[in-house]
Amino acid sequence: MSEKTKLRVATTSLAGCFGCHMSFLDIDERLLDLLELVEFDRSPITDIKHCGPCDLGIIEGGVCNAENVHVLREFRKNCKILVAMGACAVNGGLPAQRNHLDLRDILEAVYETEGGLARGVHIPNDPELPLPLNKVHPIHEVVKVDYFLPGCPPPADAIWKFLTDLLAGRTPHLGHGLLHYD
Amino acid sequence: MKEDDAILAVLARHGNDGSRLMQILRETQEALGWLAPETITAIARGVNWPRAKVEGTAAFYSFFHTRPRGKYCVLWSDNITDRMLGNRDLMQAMCAKLWLEPGRLSEDGLVSVNTTSCTGMCDQGPALLVNYRAVTRMDMARVEQMAELIRNQVPVEQWPAEWFRVEDNIRRKDALLDHGLVPGEALAAAMERGPAGLIDEIKASGLRGRGGAGFSTGMKWEFCRNAPGNGDQPAHYVVCNADEGEPGTFKDRVLLTSHADLVFEGMTLAGYAIGAQKGLMYLRGEYRYMKDALEAVLARRRDDRLLGKRILDKDFDFDIEIHFGAGAYVCGEESALIESLEGKPGRPRIRPPFPVTHGYLNQPTTVNNVETLAAACLVARHGGAWYARLGTAKSAGTKLLSVSGDVERPGIYEYPFGVTVRQVLDDAGATGCVQGVQVSGPSGVTLSADELDRRICFEDIPTAGAFMVFDCTRDMFEVARNFAHFFAHESCGFCTPCRVGTQVVARLMDKLATGHGSQYDIDEMFKMHRLMQGASHCGLGNSACNPLFDTLNKFRPAYERRLKSLEYEPAFDLDAALSQARQMTGRDDAGAHLENAE
Repeated sequence: MSEKTKLRVATTSLAGCFGCHMSFLDIDERLLDLLELVEFDRSPITDIKHCGPCDLGIIEGGVCNAENVHVLREFRKNCKILVAMGACAVNGGLPAQRNHLDLRDILEAVYETEGGLARGVHIPNDPELPLPLNKVHPIHEVVKVDYFLPGCPPPADAIWKFLTDLLAGRTPHLGHGLLHYD
Repeated sequence: MKEDDAILAVLARHGNDGSRLMQILRETQEALGWLAPETITAIARGVNWPRAKVEGTAAFYSFFHTRPRGKYCVLWSDNITDRMLGNRDLMQAMCAKLWLEPGRLSEDGLVSVNTTSCTGMCDQGPALLVNYRAVTRMDMARVEQMAELIRNQVPVEQWPAEWFRVEDNIRRKDALLDHGLVPGEALAAAMERGPAGLIDEIKASGLRGRGGAGFSTGMKWEFCRNAPGNGDQPAHYVVCNADEGEPGTFKDRVLLTSHADLVFEGMTLAGYAIGAQKGLMYLRGEYRYMKDALEAVLARRRDDRLLGKRILDKDFDFDIEIHFGAGAYVCGEESALIESLEGKPGRPRIRPPFPVTHGYLNQPTTVNNVETLAAACLVARHGGAWYARLGTAKSAGTKLLSVSGDVERPGIYEYPFGVTVRQVLDDAGATGCVQGVQVSGPSGVTLSADELDRRICFEDIPTAGAFMVFDCTRDMFEVARNFAHFFAHESCGFCTPCRVGTQVVARLMDKLATGHGSQYDIDEMFKMHRLMQGASHCGLGNSACNPLFDTLNKFRPAYERRLKSLEYEPAFDLDAALSQARQMTGRDDAGAHLENAE
């Protein structure tokens, strides 16, 4: 009998705080069980820089700049299933609090007019730096998303339930106790 | 300290009773212009409620202002029928003349112009409310004149009376509108039979609720009569639901304008049947202009011994009081209406228990639609068997339809139940070719031209009365989008499926409207329909996706021609979303741009 092929998984954090990834690590010793079933592609866990063809892509954080758009599109192109993990990916979350301000005012305040800036500081224009978008968006406004895993962060048990459902071929269903967010 | 005196006077008028908070807030606002923080504090102290509870009610209703309102508050009715009559252009013109942005108070604090949900003037729109007085038949000339009057600060009372004229537009009468009853006639007949006899007749008549749900009126009264009442001071109550908020519906306005006696007599009959001494009419805030006329009818009925102590010299005391809503559609749901009558935000209760056992002030309460109560008079006078002969087997009697949209003669049409949609269209003079008909308002059903032989009755299409007609030049997608925004605005916010779901749907519709739509979005809308229908707390969320579902199924091309892709499209222009950062950094390199599609 041939060895069962492992599910290939990629993860990333866009405009997020890595809190969802920390919650993911909170599945604790179940990580070892998980590693029997999956192997990681691009992820903060592996430090692989670009995503190859995967079965599952997990996205933390919303979309706040041009680089986020590129990364998100790379994931969508390579992952059969794409999951929005946590409040920021699902709704924009905390970073989207800037949406009621004009980006130009924000950049000006942060780099030009706020106190405590070094002399001669300007809004950075280095092409190395990704430009921020006018507004922060949930990821489903930029690419098609297959599943949403709500929570700030989603509890480790919810992430575990979600992954084990998916691995077992069931439609993921969080149900009472694990799903208690708007 | 003039303000304090005004507040104290209102509080005294209502016996410092917190359950009358809606009326206290409205009257205080009428006296002071708006509900300032210190006003809320004073009222909370007066009724001895926590301040947060008072503020919770004040903030819930869109007709209560917890921010300075300005001397003139213009609210354009924004139902689809108003839009079809060009309200958007008129509102823009008004804003331009007043140097205003919609929704913003002018710099000098003089005036604000905004939209509101349907004001029930669909047969004589475009309509608006100015300082909560209804204005009909707006046109460009009136807009210009109105802007002038506002700029010159002429009090609304001195504006042309013609603007405030509201027509009945009764086009077809049947048993109800041709009732021929004199005040007291139905009541006297009922008293001959006694309460139990009256309930028997109502049951025998097959009369069903005219608000749309169609529950048996006789059974409702019987349940209520048999409920023992609760607590130290058991009592029974009659509530007349005159919160006619379903866009496109205006039959209750006409009944209350021209047949108020019949409605009040119906309430009195209900009170007699269930053993109540008090009736409350919950009238929507949009119909505030009717107050004096209705109060006069009540006063006359008291003089005629048709209300008050020992009615018609029998051992029966009953009186009626009018309460006003404040612009919340959800209060048309009976348990939300009761919450509102008790001074609380209009959030539907969890049922059971039902109002017939635990309603107003936790006492047995029968909540009936205006038209139901009016029809009960016919049954009381002519008997159940007579009434049951009208209409169809399971839908006894007649129904008032509020016809508006693309017809030559919009207005009120009364038919025996069972009339075909085609018949109504013919009688109303549907202009050009009919594309669709929205029956029973946004929460009802959208009919296509293939379905015109369907019948208005509980066996086929039940309705609360709205009947909006769309000819072939109309865009059914825009009809559904108008309704989606209506529900997003009117969701009470209590349960997540409805609060979030109505917003998600409105945004998806906007995404399609701005040309970013894809098949994915249509799939999402079907998902939202299923989710909201199954998981919402009340009928508002359950039915909020009805027009979407119907138009998606029956008018699919109206959606498909807006789709940019059959797979997926981003919700916004990605490259344009970098515009501000490009401007601020002066960059224009490749990295400073995004491809909109890959």
